[in-house]
Amino acid sequence: MLNNLTLLISITFMYSAPLIFGALGGVTSERAGVVNIGIEGMMNIGAFAGTAVCYFTGNPWLGFLAAGLAGGLLALLHAVAAVTCRADQTISGIALNLIGPGFALFFCRMFFEGATMSKPIANKLPKIFGNLATQNAVAKNLNLDITAVLAVALTVLLWFVLYKTKWGLRIRSVGEHPAAADSLGISVTRVRYLCVLLSGVFAGFGGSCMTLDIITQYTPTAISGQGFIALAAVIFGKWTPQGAYGACLLFGFAQALTVVLGGGKFAVPSEILAMLPYVLTILVLILFVGRAVAPKEDGIPYEKGAR
Amino acid sequence: MRLTAKILKKPITSALIAIVCGFLVAAVVLAAAGYNPWQAFGALFSGMFARPKYISNVLIKAAPIILTGLSVAFAYKTSLFNIGAEGQYIVSAIVVTLLGIRLNLPAPLLIPVLLAAGMLAGGVWGGLVGLLKAKYGIHEVITSIMLNWIAFYLSNYIVNLPAFHQPDSTGTYPIRESGYIMLLPNWKRSPQGMAALSRIPWLREVMMRTDVNFGILIAVFMAVLVGFVLYRTAKGFELRAVGFNRDAAQFAGIDVGRSLLESMLISGALSGLAGCVAIMGAAPHNISTLAAFENNGFNGLSVAFIAGGSPVGCIFAGLLFGGFLYGGQTVQADVGAPSEIINIMMGTIVFFMALSKLISTLADRLAKGSALHAE
Repeated sequence: MLNNLTLLISITFMYSAPLIFGALGGVTSERAGVVNIGIEGMMNIGAFAGTAVCYFTGNPWLGFLAAGLAGGLLALLHAVAAVTCRADQTISGIALNLIGPGFALFFCRMFFEGATMSKPIANKLPKIFGNLATQNAVAKNLNLDITAVLAVALTVLLWFVLYKTKWGLRIRSVGEHPAAADSLGISVTRVRYLCVLLSGVFAGFGGSCMTLDIITQYTPTAISGQGFIALAAVIFGKWTPQGAYGACLLFGFAQALTVVLGGGKFAVPSEILAMLPYVLTILVLILFVGRAVAPKEDGIPYEKGAR
Repeated sequence: MRLTAKILKKPITSALIAIVCGFLVAAVVLAAAGYNPWQAFGALFSGMFARPKYISNVLIKAAPIILTGLSVAFAYKTSLFNIGAEGQYIVSAIVVTLLGIRLNLPAPLLIPVLLAAGMLAGGVWGGLVGLLKAKYGIHEVITSIMLNWIAFYLSNYIVNLPAFHQPDSTGTYPIRESGYIMLLPNWKRSPQGMAALSRIPWLREVMMRTDVNFGILIAVFMAVLVGFVLYRTAKGFELRAVGFNRDAAQFAGIDVGRSLLESMLISGALSGLAGCVAIMGAAPHNISTLAAFENNGFNGLSVAFIAGGSPVGCIFAGLLFGGFLYGGQTVQADVGAPSEIINIMMGTIVFFMALSKLISTLADRLAKGSALHAE
């Protein structure tokens, strides 16, 4: 019983970490008024860059950083489109979702002898208590992945920055009323660029959580929909870091439930069980959350002097 | 000058510019990776056009994504972002397969029944999104994404049911032949048919080697129909009005909730039709276990945006996308360049479509400049 319970906790944190990073990326960009549908693509390229760097250097932390860099580079495209060119942000996000995996697989074939799958990495990201070999299953379960801790830390940090510092006030004002922010001397362009780039970095981190921690190699399906789930979590969490964190955790929990309940212990087919997280999300939205209000100018390009 | 401005403002111009940019970026990437871009593009086009059967296959591949593209474009015109086309496509494929296996009806009955059932399934899946949005204010993006996954697992569940699973395969049994929408499937295998076809080699190749079907005609017809409904009927005006300004539409007496529901129903039905065309139109006429999404719906998003949201434009965008996806395999086989170059290229095209406003701004500036000049 205790074993199952702790297993549930450990899987919840493991599965939710990539989603949390992706969702925090979404929150960062959307609070500044730039819709980011491209999280999936950014996570994908991050997942590949992280794995490749880790494989060739042997250092997972270098991989983690490279993932952030790769996500940020892809986000730069989105920023140029959304902020400088005042493009339709939904469309440019969709483009990133093609370009991200496109480049990831293209490079994967070049670096890994034509295969769309990388070789497995030798060292993955550590656990919080290191590799203390333990016979006790409960203790082993509670030795969480470091990514779970990083995810909490980033959530708290983002919450603090957004709500307790002047930078956060600037970000939010740019998302709610860019003209007012502009009139007070805040550079809407600079704030939006910074937030979109950061969103790419976070999403890249999220992608590498998947490949440097959970599956330890890059495959074409390593990132299959996590970016979209993260996107849903942003809305679910009403565009706040803590809300998005909660939404991702709920999602991870439902996924963990399917893992723990699976394995033939119940007369429920695994495919039906696998629907649980998604059904649960919709039910929670209907029953408890309801209407979500986006930042007022989310998705609307800012034109100086326009009324 | 004014003429240049006028040409630049045409939607087709921005699409063409975007496509050229797509090729340029792909060429740079290929060259940087040490492949000859000309060779790669040559392989791409020969993979699409070199033989009659290739062209036929491009049309077969394009039909479903034209329809999902229409589905997305339609919803976008009413300010809804239908990221759920994938799920709507899947549920339709499930329903069509199940009924196609079980219903023992002659073709004139079975085909309409399957088409209606597939569209209904897609419509319900999409309508659910509209209903939840209208009734509880839940953002359509969340519900669509969740419903995509529910459809995904539902499909895998159905595939593995003993009643439908074909032993020693990863899929279900194929649907009954009376549910196929291929062009003259029986005639082309009959002695007269074979004799007639043997006189025209290209037609013979197309008819015998590919699943020539009515899908592309259905897609073109629907594109025209959707364009007509959106721009020439009161209902279309109403739906677009809600898209332009929800509050104003409400004030004008339009039932906004109902309108949201209707538009998601229609959008879902279009994606559902894509599922019908795919299952009824081409081998293997069944659903199989999915390891990941097949992207028929997600590609519809790209198609819709390359088309700039125009229903008729979706036909050309779908042909382009379908063609590149099909021809991309040749790039890999002949030149050795990763076929993912196609995704990079399509992504770039979509990206530059997003920037198309820039072109019309430029055109405005040009027009203004020449007007000043005239004074």
